[in-house]
Amino acid sequence: MNFKKILPQLLTLVVVIIVFGFFSYNAQVNMENRGITFGYGFLTQESSFDVQFSLIEYDGSHSYFRAYLVGLLNTILVSVIGIIFATIIGVIVGIARLSSNYLIERTAAIYVEFFRNIPLLLQIFFWYFAALRALPLPEKAEPMFGVFFLTIKGFFVPAFVWNNLDIFIYSVIAAIVAIVFVRLYAKKKQENQGIQTPVLLISIGLLIILPLLSFLLGGVDASIQIPVIEQLSKTSFTYKGGLKLPPELISLALALSLYTATFIAECVRAGVQGVSKGQKEAAASIGLTPNQVLKLVVMPQALRIIIPPTTNQYLNLTKNSSLAAAIAYPDLVLVFAGTALMQTGRAIEIVSITMLTYLTLSITISIFMNWYNKKIAIKEK
Amino acid sequence: MFKLVKRLTSVVAMFAVLFTFTTETMAAKKSKTLKNTQKKGFVRCGVSQGLPGFSNADAAGNWTGVDVDVCRAVAAAVLGDASKVKFTPLSAKERFTALTSNEIDILSRNTTWTLSRDADIGLTFVGVNFYDGQGFMVRKNSGISSVNDFKAGVSACTNLGTTTELNMRDFFNSKGIKYEPVTFEKADEVVAAYDAGRCDTYTTDKSGLAAQRIKLSNPDDHMVLPETISKEPLGPVVRQGDSVWEDIVRWSLNTMIEAEEYGVTSANADSMKTSDNPAVKRLVGAEGELGAALGLDNEWSLRIIKQVGNYGESYKRNIADTGILPDRGPNQLWTKGGILYVPPAR
Repeated sequence: MNFKKILPQLLTLVVVIIVFGFFSYNAQVNMENRGITFGYGFLTQESSFDVQFSLIEYDGSHSYFRAYLVGLLNTILVSVIGIIFATIIGVIVGIARLSSNYLIERTAAIYVEFFRNIPLLLQIFFWYFAALRALPLPEKAEPMFGVFFLTIKGFFVPAFVWNNLDIFIYSVIAAIVAIVFVRLYAKKKQENQGIQTPVLLISIGLLIILPLLSFLLGGVDASIQIPVIEQLSKTSFTYKGGLKLPPELISLALALSLYTATFIAECVRAGVQGVSKGQKEAAASIGLTPNQVLKLVVMPQALRIIIPPTTNQYLNLTKNSSLAAAIAYPDLVLVFAGTALMQTGRAIEIVSITMLTYLTLSITISIFMNWYNKKIAIKEK
Repeated sequence: MFKLVKRLTSVVAMFAVLFTFTTETMAAKKSKTLKNTQKKGFVRCGVSQGLPGFSNADAAGNWTGVDVDVCRAVAAAVLGDASKVKFTPLSAKERFTALTSNEIDILSRNTTWTLSRDADIGLTFVGVNFYDGQGFMVRKNSGISSVNDFKAGVSACTNLGTTTELNMRDFFNSKGIKYEPVTFEKADEVVAAYDAGRCDTYTTDKSGLAAQRIKLSNPDDHMVLPETISKEPLGPVVRQGDSVWEDIVRWSLNTMIEAEEYGVTSANADSMKTSDNPAVKRLVGAEGELGAALGLDNEWSLRIIKQVGNYGESYKRNIADTGILPDRGPNQLWTKGGILYVPPAR
């Protein structure tokens, strides 16, 4: 064994242990002095507070753990919405920045410079209070397509009322599994016999036919419930029935996507510019159509440059969603590290769970993006 | 024989010295917080981020309010100067952690005294300086004149991390009404959201509603419903485990209330030293040795009354004259129909 090699590692380990030991000992002593007990038993107690918006059934008679799940799911929801929209806007703006059209290119550049240079919290406040000022009261809202109502109290959309929803979901899962097998089979067939299978058509067909069968044979039934205005008092109204997206969710998702999209746009621009011009010209010279050049030559190479920095942006967006607490969107920080912490007083326990949760979320996104990055990386044979 | 006498006297003297030493400084010695405060030269006080009448800073950074006066009273008692207070504005969410982690020594931030807070999380409530209750504010033109007029689907704005959230649930549940709680971390955002029409009602302690109403764009368009849905005894809090400091804060507050009861004010406190009433003389330090028990000198209570005033003066200055709650309601002395009643200082 090379002692010189191990020594720095050992020293690092000792320092880490001492630092952690000191902090936990310090916390223990201080908590003992003040008569604070430590434990996670409170998670099963009744939470006795309500949350305005929840993806799962929840009210104050459920446990603190359930409240934690509510917050977690809301965080995931706004992150997923944010990531999807940030990616769409980011890709469009990134490509627009490469446009030869002066107006489009300048507009995209101004958008990027403007939104990425203003603090996110400020943007969240701006969108929230701008939305609250600009949106109409429920009774004055103009319906969109007759069924959507965007009001100060939220975005009311028609909801599906399902019978046997689980059977429908199983049929969709079955369709997806079938599609995966069809693709594998098609790939093999092409490699072995050189015969191409119309995978896309078969996939779409499967996705339509299987759920349709569940309606015809499985007893699945869905009806649409349209929001109806209801009077609460002389001057106050709301909508009943249908689904309600709170304005907090909408403004938070909007602020997060517009902010993160600027960074993704720059990643996309860098990625496309990183593919050398010769590649495009070579591809064109062997007779590929412009579409094929983009799809088969430029994008696969650009993606390799785009994915790693974009992963960072996805992580940032997820973590930034914790700013929700400022505008009353019931995310993990507001529900769990906010109300639950206040009601139980278990600061160390709750903050540690919250930190671990964000860590897990971030690592999950990282692992997925690393897997995707590996998949599209150059495979040296 | 002579030797024995000498030895005896020396033993007695030693005991005497030891005894006076212990009585004088036992309290001070036992209380780390008191010692630290005297060393630092200021009282570290946690207050709200701006609640007119309770703790609010003006443009120049001068804090006023009944909660602020509790800390000032402690500073007057401990340090001899009511202005030697360092105020730390805290959100509802931060307040207990700030206290238990030693950032502040008194939390005087319209905090409701509850069993779980008192017993569970390392805090001790020392008394009540304002008896409050939760109420609802609505728009006047809404036609809602009582809490019984609320209908299912009502949205209620409030502050995060308060007893308000729990009371609201109890209340709406008991009425069988499904409601939408919209909770913000800062009071200013609650006001802004309610003002914009995001919520049908704004619910918090009634004193808070009265104070925040002033911040609305058209205060006259809003009113507080008559019903009170909860008991909210608000008072100063200290860390558990320092009973001397706890006593100092408790009796500083009690002194203010008792001073009002006996008619001792900042103006007449000095002349009260020659009062005929022994209770009054004790209160201004002209009789008894009450200060020593707290590890303080005997003028501590006199300084509180002279520099901060009695409870009635503080209430009038901060809450009545500012138009927040001119009527003292339950916060009147027990001798005048209220429920302010403190143990005697003797």
